[in-house]
Amino acid sequence: MAERRYTKTHEWVTVDGKHATVGITDFAQSQLGDVVFLELPSPGRKLGARETFGVIESVKAASDLYSPVAGRISEVNDKLASKPELINSDPYGEGWILKLDLAGDLPDDLLEEAEYKKVTEASAH
Amino acid sequence: MTEPLSFELSRPAVDPPRLPDPDVGGRGPADILPQQLLRSRPPGLPRLSEPEIMRHYSRMASLNYSISENFYPLGSCTMKYNPVANEAAAALPGFAGLHPYQDEDSVQGALELMWRLEQALCAIVGVERVTLQPAAGAHGEWTALRMIAAFHHSRKENRTEVLVPDSAHGTNPASAALSGFQVREVKSGPDGRISLADLESRLSPRTAALMLTNPNTLGLFEREILDIAEMVHATGALLYYDGANLNALMGICRPGDMGFDAVHMNLHKTFTTPHGGGGPGAGPVGVKADLVPFLPAPTVERTNGHLKLDYKRPQSIGRVRSFYGNFGMLVRAYTYILAMGGDGLSQASEDAVLSANYLRKLLENDLQMPHEGPCMHEFVASAHNLSTNGGVRALDIAKALLDREFYAPTVYFPLVVSEAIMVEPTETESKATLDAFAGAVKEIVAQARSDPQSLHEEPKKLPVGRLDEVAAARRINAYLQGQSEDPVLRWKAPEKRPE
Amino acid sequence: MPYLVHSPEDRTAMLETIGVRSMEDLLVDIPQTLRLDSLQLAAGLSELETMSQVSALANRNRVYPDRLTFRGGGIYRRFIPAAVAAVTSKPEFYTAYTPYQAEASQGTLQAIFEFQTLIAELTALDVANASLYDGATAVAEAAMMAYVHTGRNEVLVAGYVHPEYVQVLRVFGEGRGIKVRKGGEPTKKTAAVIFQQPDFLGLLVDAPGLTQAAHNAGALAIACVDPISLAILAPPGEYGADIAVGEGQQLGLPPSFGGPHVGFIACHKELVRKLPGRLVGTAHDAQGRRGFVLALAAREQHIRREKATSNICTNHSLCALAAAVYLTYMGPYGLRQVADVSFRRAHSLAERLAELPGWELAFPDRQFLNEFPVRVPKAPAVLRKLARKGILGGLDVHRWYRELRGVLTFTCTEVNDARAIDELVAVLES
Repeated sequence: MAERRYTKTHEWVTVDGKHATVGITDFAQSQLGDVVFLELPSPGRKLGARETFGVIESVKAASDLYSPVAGRISEVNDKLASKPELINSDPYGEGWILKLDLAGDLPDDLLEEAEYKKVTEASAH
Repeated sequence: MTEPLSFELSRPAVDPPRLPDPDVGGRGPADILPQQLLRSRPPGLPRLSEPEIMRHYSRMASLNYSISENFYPLGSCTMKYNPVANEAAAALPGFAGLHPYQDEDSVQGALELMWRLEQALCAIVGVERVTLQPAAGAHGEWTALRMIAAFHHSRKENRTEVLVPDSAHGTNPASAALSGFQVREVKSGPDGRISLADLESRLSPRTAALMLTNPNTLGLFEREILDIAEMVHATGALLYYDGANLNALMGICRPGDMGFDAVHMNLHKTFTTPHGGGGPGAGPVGVKADLVPFLPAPTVERTNGHLKLDYKRPQSIGRVRSFYGNFGMLVRAYTYILAMGGDGLSQASEDAVLSANYLRKLLENDLQMPHEGPCMHEFVASAHNLSTNGGVRALDIAKALLDREFYAPTVYFPLVVSEAIMVEPTETESKATLDAFAGAVKEIVAQARSDPQSLHEEPKKLPVGRLDEVAAARRINAYLQGQSEDPVLRWKAPEKRPE
Repeated sequence: MPYLVHSPEDRTAMLETIGVRSMEDLLVDIPQTLRLDSLQLAAGLSELETMSQVSALANRNRVYPDRLTFRGGGIYRRFIPAAVAAVTSKPEFYTAYTPYQAEASQGTLQAIFEFQTLIAELTALDVANASLYDGATAVAEAAMMAYVHTGRNEVLVAGYVHPEYVQVLRVFGEGRGIKVRKGGEPTKKTAAVIFQQPDFLGLLVDAPGLTQAAHNAGALAIACVDPISLAILAPPGEYGADIAVGEGQQLGLPPSFGGPHVGFIACHKELVRKLPGRLVGTAHDAQGRRGFVLALAAREQHIRREKATSNICTNHSLCALAAAVYLTYMGPYGLRQVADVSFRRAHSLAERLAELPGWELAFPDRQFLNEFPVRVPKAPAVLRKLARKGILGGLDVHRWYRELRGVLTFTCTEVNDARAIDELVAVLES
């Protein structure tokens, strides 16, 4: 399994050659609470790094989703439409959100696990 | 106990109500109108007799808490007693029976009332003119921002940003965005007040306005308001007053004197028009002289005792609502102001501040008070300690209060306080009520320490227990995505079984 | 003092508990230069004096009897069953707050849920919201939905849509950079075609045709409808309109010089997430009991802040309650009869007015329900003459439309009995 990298806006990405998988972190799902809805783009759309691609909603909160990397969307997790709770139960597995065909280099602001942990510790209160 | 829906009570055999016959002969719609314009089948309205209807709604009424029966310590909402004389005034046939397109000569009393209310509001908040058109607080905010945009535009200035503190009501950024502005957040300092350093860093030639609530949503007076006004004006921006917390200030000080250029007021908070389960309210906006040309049209003008509606206002932003606003609410607010007078309104605000400080004192050893007092008309406490030691959250305290026949305080707002519990007692609750409320909170906090689990199960004494909003939201989204036939947001007749 | 509860002794005791000597100690954060000595307002009055002053203002207005009011233009005299005020004047309804705590607000929430269902049934659309301020802001909010949904920034107003609604739409549009175009055909830039059925003059428009034209251009169709007309006319959902909006004043609310009334909005399910304002849905508690909650709140301003579709944070609940009681009282057949009586009386009146010397129907080929435009010689003098006889005659629409000089719109409802029509015609003939 490829190494997971993180963003300050609480997305994760794994890269396998030219293919990337994107989701939100366990910390993000715990802050949001029970996810009830995702507004997601269609495959084929091109995303820039840090571009907003959708919205995730719980009953009490809503948050924009940002792409950690640049690329073209190859697949959207269809299961989330009927089972948004997968984001809560398995954020790094079945709760993945997008798959992308990478364009260009990876951004240099992606965080390693230890660095991301520091981010979450600072914002938890 | 719950009440079935009118649709579920409906019986097809019930006769329709008796209504007048046409008495003019002639042909009906089906004889004259082309078939394709006609409705194909009657709308699915319920069919009930009057006795059943009255009982249905009486039972529903009994499921509500209301200010007439319960204390509503809802921070930021100013739930005070709604004088019954206001209702009598609005129901007078001379007001309720007026058609908005009658000739001006035949509505002089209504226009006079609007004019006098405008004068009174000008005196209370310290502005030049007031528009009574906006139907609600958020509508008033947006109206003010339209005027601010028009003001800058008239001076050929391109100002695209509105600054909003992180403790602001959600309507502030939403109103700014709908008015075409970009929203920039200004941080609060550790004392709960706006950080002047952060404000300084955000102000720029692009700033159109700073939106501020004072006292702020933490119930604290922005002590440095005069400096803030100077900083904002020095960059050429305007200062907007969110009137949510005006109940703290009547007769004590005025937003206009603090340097605010536009001021919205909530007649349904400060001026006792009833909330009606969510409205109607009214959100008049007062402005200083510079903004007067941009007021929505028509304004009410008075010359030699004659009143008229002035539509000829070339720089006006236009019209923000049909007719002249929520007139019936204006009658209620005017009646209240007349009864209270300047002396009464001043005493009301003093009592509101006194009651909030009193309640804060009673609770200071039970809940955390993240900011130093004194407070103004409300205070924000925190249940953070309880939530980290035992998992009792602000929401649990709110629900437990419901079981003790108190409505809940505002919880989780403002966002800058963790596990916020925002309490606004208002001037119309007696010391005995405040004591009883404090007693209930103490009891709940004790329970949170001794038996936290039990609090998660409250309320138990209400018609329903905690409702599963997550399941409801997922069902709605399933419907919206075509995965379910149950709309959740309306009743739908059950499918008939094939015979 | 009225409505205040603390006695001087209470105040002293409370100050003592707080641990301060006087009110001044609680107001220390306010700069001294800002403090007022007193408000420049008259001193307070007793209830007797207050009501006598307020009544004096009410008495300076002239109220025309319902049966002799023939003026509409968006606000109509209708029979209001006593049941409506009996329900809305229950303090449990009118003094309740926005239903944030669902368990303690089931009455209000259920009333809104019933209102949403009633409007959805009337308009034949999937979902209606908890109500908006009025018909004008409902039109504007619908246009915002179309703008967000289509990503296009022009809305097209077709025909005689209420002029004040169009004015409000313009101001809303300016804030978001939406252009309002009057007349013409929809294009690739058009987010929505907005029409009114019946229109401001009372005339029926080709709603299905306008809807089709909108859809052909990839725009939404927004139908602004008279709720009572929907007992007779095809509802927006039947002819494929995407959003239906309107003014609900006729559903049990007095004219009140123009407000407060209630706007409504309903739409197809594809658009529900963009609906502004409150929505109530069903939910269940741990024991499986059904209750009602505010739903899809994450679309709204208090969560989405500057990204919300609308800034509205409440609704006109009490007016929506009035409308719900009215529609429940009438039922499908009562509402149909109200519409039918109004239709027949208006057509009878139209025939008689058209026979007056020099009078003619302004659009003789067009169909109408219970409001219609007539071209009248010396219209202002006619209205003054009627007023002298205690009759509120038609509405002079020339003030909004240059081309309609001398055109008055007359309206008839179930409150204008046959004798009232005779009286009106008699004055006009004299």
